[in-house]
Amino acid sequence: MNRDARIGMTLFSVYLVLYGGFVLVNAFAADWMETKPIAGVNLAVLSGFGLIIAALVLALVYGLLCKTGFEQQSDEEVDG
Amino acid sequence: MIYEASMLAVIVFFLFVGFTLGLSFFLGRKAKSSQGYFAAHGQIPWFVNGVAFAGDYLSAASFLGICGMIAFYGYDGFLYSIGFLAGWIVALFVIAEPMKRLGKFTFADALDAKFQSRGIRISAGISTLAVSIFYLIPQMVGAGVLVTPLLGFPHEVGVILVGTTVILIVVMAGMVSTTWVQFLKGSLLIVFSTILTVMILARGFEAKPDAFASRDANVADQLPADGVWADKPYVRIKQEGGKIAVWREEKDAAGKAVLLEAQTLTKMDNGDIFINGLLKSKENQLKNVGTIKSLPEGKKKTGPVGLFGFFREIQESEIILWGKETLKHDDGSVTTVYYQQPTAGSDVLLTGTHPQSKFKGVHSDDPINKLNFISLMLALFCGTASLPHILIRYYTVKDEASARKSTIVAIATIGFFYVLTLYMGLGAMTSGSLDVTNSNMSAPLLANSMGEWLFAVISAIAFTTVLGTVSGLIIASAGAVAHDLVGTFSRKELSDHQQVRIAKIASVVVGVIAIVLGILFKELNVGYLVGWAFSVAASANLPALIMILFWKKTTSQGVITAIIVGMVSSLGWILLSGDTFAKVYELDASEAPMPFSQPGIVTIPLGFATLVVVSLLTGRKNGTA
Repeated sequence: MNRDARIGMTLFSVYLVLYGGFVLVNAFAADWMETKPIAGVNLAVLSGFGLIIAALVLALVYGLLCKTGFEQQSDEEVDG
Repeated sequence: MIYEASMLAVIVFFLFVGFTLGLSFFLGRKAKSSQGYFAAHGQIPWFVNGVAFAGDYLSAASFLGICGMIAFYGYDGFLYSIGFLAGWIVALFVIAEPMKRLGKFTFADALDAKFQSRGIRISAGISTLAVSIFYLIPQMVGAGVLVTPLLGFPHEVGVILVGTTVILIVVMAGMVSTTWVQFLKGSLLIVFSTILTVMILARGFEAKPDAFASRDANVADQLPADGVWADKPYVRIKQEGGKIAVWREEKDAAGKAVLLEAQTLTKMDNGDIFINGLLKSKENQLKNVGTIKSLPEGKKKTGPVGLFGFFREIQESEIILWGKETLKHDDGSVTTVYYQQPTAGSDVLLTGTHPQSKFKGVHSDDPINKLNFISLMLALFCGTASLPHILIRYYTVKDEASARKSTIVAIATIGFFYVLTLYMGLGAMTSGSLDVTNSNMSAPLLANSMGEWLFAVISAIAFTTVLGTVSGLIIASAGAVAHDLVGTFSRKELSDHQQVRIAKIASVVVGVIAIVLGILFKELNVGYLVGWAFSVAASANLPALIMILFWKKTTSQGVITAIIVGMVSSLGWILLSGDTFAKVYELDASEAPMPFSQPGIVTIPLGFATLVVVSLLTGRKNGTA
């Protein structure tokens, strides 16, 4: 597995934990979602938005960390 | 309700569609080779491709279906938004780059890169076809839904109109123009959804406690509770002019019986429709619904609300939702009673607390009841990266880095849109403009409550949305037929020209099938139908895709059986589920053999297990393990 794929897998695991946590809390501790931790909005709405934002943040982190951009890609082709 | 065509809407609409078609033909002139037809020569810039992903993905289902589900079912509908976006994480981190590296035109290419097996090509081709057609149904239903209020046509005309236009686009043009159409409509959808959301926040909420009447339970002149009305919680009162008012008996907070105004729609055996006991006409139709009974602190109006204030107000309000009950009379006529369900706003914003929630099980102690919810969330998570029409978009960019970048753009665009869906859906729920018979219409009707021009633009965008997604799906199916099925069955190599020609013929056939199914499945919420397409895609395609990439002992036999078992089991489960029984066959849901309606949690692992077992068995026999 190359470096990019390893980074991908790590970030994937992070998201899997977040999403899995969301699903399990909704399924087995649905009452938690009624609490209103921030700005008087319930955890259900906040965690839903949070998951969407987390996906975007992880995607951007991946884009920044991956080496094979346009330039590097052509270098690799020259190398071999 | 009866929809009247608006002149402005019609003009904007035809300008849009005309422009889209013109653009398609202009861009399609050059796409004569198969490389151009199926993969746009691999020359689409990554940013354009990323927005085009959004265009492909934010189908009629996302826009009409999710907004409608949130408007009718609250937070339960938003779960689809969350799951649909989560699926992109699988696509980005696991599938995107290998997919680009391995394949050329179709999903089967990537699966087959290692084995060169006819069996894999054929089974992957068939599953592509099955998933695409399943996904086409909601798009076509969505098309019919849009055309009804916009142009005043019946549902069938809308479906045929879209079908024909799309077949034209696909046959004339191929992937280059499909991509640009997707880009265009993806961008417009985001821009106008943002405008709509800003307008919702600026408008705020207004309480309309008297939109629907309530009265005390002691009334004279009740009609006898006979026939289907026996033992039902309804009171019927004949009024002057022959109108029959129907009230539903409920207990108020103090435990006192009250009557809440209901609405009835009766379909006679001969097709005549009666509203509240009188023949349906321009003056006599179902009232629009979607009202707030009370706002926090007894306010009448909130004025403009902020991004969080929006939810705070809803949480403290009481909202009138609507339930329905269908009563079948002995003479073959059917009455549907729509009744008020005053609901606390806090219950609208949680999983499984809505009065008609499909996920009520999450609040019970029985673990089986929780499986329907978990199963859906799993299918949404796994489904995106298994959708053939999404996967083929990885072949329209030039390299793996572009595949990655366009996925990131897609996540940003789609994620932003899905955040907006919650505002638009809840905005529609409280807009006072919902059609109680059809959740799919919620977003356009919300726009209509803001102004006719917005309604025209939103409907036109939604319609091009359908056009774009349907053309993508038809190209994916046509590619599967020409490249994977016919190409594999015919002994000699097909020329470029022949492949494109077969694909075009296949496009017409698939298009016609989609039109017919779109007419048959009229009643179902389109977002819900898409959930099923995801289950089938995830069960049939994902195990093969993942295991080929990450497990060296995978054999071609394992892949073939996994695709077939995943596809057949998930399709079979859906056809035998309670939801299908109730909504498609009109049978009693409790007679359905399947314990819950969403198959994913059983059939996705089944696909993986099949692949592993068959691979281990055949691997040892072939001596390749």
